[in-house]
Amino acid sequence: MVAAPKFDQVKVGDEITPIVLPPISRHQLALYCGGSGDHNPIHVDLDFAKKFGFKDVFAHGMLSMGFLGRLVTSYAPRDRIRKLGTRFTAITWVGDVITLSGKVTAKREEGGEKLIDLEVRCTNQNGQDTLQGHATVAAN
Amino acid sequence: MQLDKKLIGHEFKAFDATAEAGKVRLFCKAIGEEDPIYSDEAAAKAAGYKAVPVPPTFLQALTNDDPEKGGLLKALNVDIGLILHGEQHYDYYAPVYVGDTITCQQKVTDMYDKKGGALWFVVSETSMKNKAGKPVAKATSITVVRNPDAAKK
Repeated sequence: MVAAPKFDQVKVGDEITPIVLPPISRHQLALYCGGSGDHNPIHVDLDFAKKFGFKDVFAHGMLSMGFLGRLVTSYAPRDRIRKLGTRFTAITWVGDVITLSGKVTAKREEGGEKLIDLEVRCTNQNGQDTLQGHATVAAN
Repeated sequence: MQLDKKLIGHEFKAFDATAEAGKVRLFCKAIGEEDPIYSDEAAAKAAGYKAVPVPPTFLQALTNDDPEKGGLLKALNVDIGLILHGEQHYDYYAPVYVGDTITCQQKVTDMYDKKGGALWFVVSETSMKNKAGKPVAKATSITVVRNPDAAKK
């Protein structure tokens, strides 16, 4: 169980320990279809994906955002997360190996809370960012 | 087809969605989340939670639980195969626990196009409140639509 970060000990530039994920599988996309309620067939039905001009099915953007949620909750407890947001900057394909990484970009106080701003990202095996996100967590 | 900006300000019908334990477990399996606080009440309580919390982005499963699902696509008159997710942002105000019923209300806040109308961007905000009427989160989403005409070329 991760403890809340201590505001005084956190420095801008501190990095979150990266997480390297297993390759994205079709099975995982089927699980996410059910678990998230995002039933867009483009993520699980190859025939449908091809009809709309894609070479294959591809991962839900929100699956990768779920990975960012895992990264942030490896840094601060679930109930300390105040914001999590992302841009989806590239498609994540079946077989891609995604690395999650993040670092502290700012420390500030707002509304009586000591806040830490983070930059977080998903990067594929070619070094291309698939998600460029940000998070804010409350520290002790 | 032209982007119909009359939808800016449109509010979709509010609906209630319940955070079901089995759905949360399936969601965790899909994203590879193995922390027992999301499935085991004793583990959640040992970690200081009053009940089993939901993962940060599980809120999407709640907002997807709309009985009139696909309302935005219908309003835009586009096929689901033409949409991509551009951005997603969550502001968290209060915890959501397994068993909570959350009222979700989506509103279109902005629409614009790029690349000479080939791509449409639809910005929407979904307010999420618990049964006590307390806001638990705001979800802001940017949906990218490939213009059906441009997508054919």
